[in-house]
Amino acid sequence: MVDATHGGMGTIPAAEVPDVELYHPHSWIEKYVFSQDAKYIAIQYSITALAIGLVALVLSWLIRLQLGFPGVFTFIDADHYYQFITMHGMIMVIYLLTALFLGGFGNYLIPLMIGARDMVFPFVNMLSYWVYLLAVLVLAASFFMPGGPTGAGWTLYPPQAILSGTPGQQWGIILMLISLIIFIIGFTMGGLNYVVTVLQARARGMTLMRMPLTVWGIFTATILALLAFPALLVANIMMLFDKLLGTSFFMPAIVELGQQMSYRGGSPILFQHLFWFFGHPEVYIVALPAFGIVSDLIATHARRNIFGYRMMVWAIVAIAALSFVVWAHHMYVSGMNPNFGFFFATTTLIIAIPTAIKVYNWILTLWRGNIHLNVPMLFALGFIVTFVNGGLSGLFLGNVVVDVPLSDTMFVVAHFHMVMGVAPIMVIFGAIYHWYPKITGRMMDEGLGKFHFWVTFLGAYLIYFPMHYLGLLGVPRRYHDLGTTDFIPPNVATLNEFITVMALIVGFAQMVFLYNLFTSVWKGKLAGGNPWRATTLEWQTPQTPPAHGNFGKDLPVVYRWAYDYSVPGAKEDFIPQNQPPSAATA
Amino acid sequence: MPVTIFFLTFLAVIAGWWLLQQRLHAKPWLEEGVIGEFDGTGAMDMPAAKIGLGLFLAVVGTLFALLISAYFMRMGYADWQNIRVPQILWLNTGALAASSIALQTAQSAVYRRHIDGVRSRLIVAGAFGVLFLAGQFWAWHELTDSGFLLASNPSNSFFYLITGLHGLHVIGGMAALGWVTDRAWRSQTAEPLRLPVEMCTLYWHFLLFVWIVLFSLLTGWADEFGAICRQLLT
Repeated sequence: MVDATHGGMGTIPAAEVPDVELYHPHSWIEKYVFSQDAKYIAIQYSITALAIGLVALVLSWLIRLQLGFPGVFTFIDADHYYQFITMHGMIMVIYLLTALFLGGFGNYLIPLMIGARDMVFPFVNMLSYWVYLLAVLVLAASFFMPGGPTGAGWTLYPPQAILSGTPGQQWGIILMLISLIIFIIGFTMGGLNYVVTVLQARARGMTLMRMPLTVWGIFTATILALLAFPALLVANIMMLFDKLLGTSFFMPAIVELGQQMSYRGGSPILFQHLFWFFGHPEVYIVALPAFGIVSDLIATHARRNIFGYRMMVWAIVAIAALSFVVWAHHMYVSGMNPNFGFFFATTTLIIAIPTAIKVYNWILTLWRGNIHLNVPMLFALGFIVTFVNGGLSGLFLGNVVVDVPLSDTMFVVAHFHMVMGVAPIMVIFGAIYHWYPKITGRMMDEGLGKFHFWVTFLGAYLIYFPMHYLGLLGVPRRYHDLGTTDFIPPNVATLNEFITVMALIVGFAQMVFLYNLFTSVWKGKLAGGNPWRATTLEWQTPQTPPAHGNFGKDLPVVYRWAYDYSVPGAKEDFIPQNQPPSAATA
Repeated sequence: MPVTIFFLTFLAVIAGWWLLQQRLHAKPWLEEGVIGEFDGTGAMDMPAAKIGLGLFLAVVGTLFALLISAYFMRMGYADWQNIRVPQILWLNTGALAASSIALQTAQSAVYRRHIDGVRSRLIVAGAFGVLFLAGQFWAWHELTDSGFLLASNPSNSFFYLITGLHGLHVIGGMAALGWVTDRAWRSQTAEPLRLPVEMCTLYWHFLLFVWIVLFSLLTGWADEFGAICRQLLT
């Protein structure tokens, strides 16, 4: 091997990447609890994320109960309502979606899909999970502190976030900020792992352009997250200083309960810049892995190579780069210079181009495909529809003049739930149904899966479509109780009741999913190594579920890209990536 | 935010330069076959740990770029009064630079396979590192004694925040350096120390660079630049 310690930026030919030395556990605890195996870490991440996500789901029911039947559930007073919406948003965006896509799917799929034995820094990877768990526990603890969790809204805007009048002002906000700081530290540990593993641990022949799009999506999203989370970290540390040490980074001179506070001169807008500098890339931190995974689901279940693979890769990179220069479109109503808004509206609309390329390519992949409408495919199709929908309303809101009147209405709620709530969740479900047989060796129940899909998909539409309409009527968001207002017609109340009932039904369908998820571990029918007849390396492991070290004695060698489906002249309608050229057509 | 955008653009140029060598124009659907027929396909000629460190420096760099951005933005408000930086910071800067130089010489001692030289220079580097941290702490002490408290002016707040975060990164580095020094005393040859010493040196140079940037910020030399950045944003 070349002298690997002293060189410049040259490359080792892929054939010479050395096999890594694997860490072997010495005890039960090291194997199952403090495991350094990325597959166990992935499962730990996923279960933790789903558990805290369940809390957020219950919170969403409570929010909807209040909106649909105001005054009926008296325990949901205004304070509780704000606490519920804050925790629902924060948990879903950070602790569920980010953690599940990167910590869960990233850990499970990266080493297996690129043909590596494990992540490159297994110990740091283990640490990453435990730090994440600590962040979740600190967050959960805020429910039990005096005053409850913070009710500042998931954006935690100062000055209201740390003033009295906002629920959770004593402990909730402090624990929230600390929990996020811990989360970011833990994520950075994991994130460095994912990126370096993709860079350095690919199997022989696995060039960047032979990687499945899932890996591209997770890889790019991780880089995005590594560079975006520091903005949230800085904002959180500064707000913690303001709250605990009396500095005035964000806090202007302000009167609280008739008392002049000691703050002076701080800038809430500064916080908004920092927050959204993280917050917008965050959308793509969630969306890019979803884009990648859905590409693989569609190609596999339509038995068709992905249309425009190169374009798909370029679009992922382009979206990632652009996502750093659009943050202020969340701040059109902050009183910014109109020219500034114009700049950000332009960059925002430009993002639609690579995104649209991806959507067209998915549809063209389906064109004349041999479409198997199984559960993963249904969810992939559901993603395309919901994502296009949320993307189009994003074009509305990206324009300053349209955004200003709609900004504080339910239209925005409908938009971002469609585009970064429902759409990525569809992919998560699709991915779970798709990779479950690899993870457990058994299939999930198809009938229950289809029930889960149709109720979730149709239900999501019945929830969010009317919500766009409410927004256009001018129904404001963040209101605990609409009361009687002249411009809000009475049918709004009926529609709100309808949405609430739908939300409860969709929530029930998720219980069916959880039942399916847990009982299939022993009740599901045996899957075999490659039930979907897929090409990528994770389906070619000698054991299912893959054993420690993933690939048995020898690492796979890659001879082709990830999308050789229905190749003319081939024996089968798929050719695994590790199949040598001569064997495929013989 | 312009400072952050500049920094990220710099990172994007590096990433783009790397991507250009990865044959992103390849048509993988046509390139079936064994490896070696297609170039630009392998891993980088560098140990994973070093790449990990490089990436980590990019993340830390972003963190400090964001702090600088926030500093410039906050500076534009009426209540801002530049802090008078304690004179000891000059000495501290010298100590950190000396520490960095000592590590550089430790690295060349590793290349010359001179284990005694490595040991002594690691100790010197560590000593100067401790001196830097002590000096920073002294600077805080001096400021609080003369009434420049954390919350009395945003400039003060930033001073403590920025030096504190930088100091935390130095403390983290000191932990790593302590670990390497311990290994140097156990090891008979210089060879196993090569990568750890190289990584420490890189990290130290980075922290020195960041410190010099932050120092020039805190002394007020970059005020004009800050004003330009603010103009861009409004």
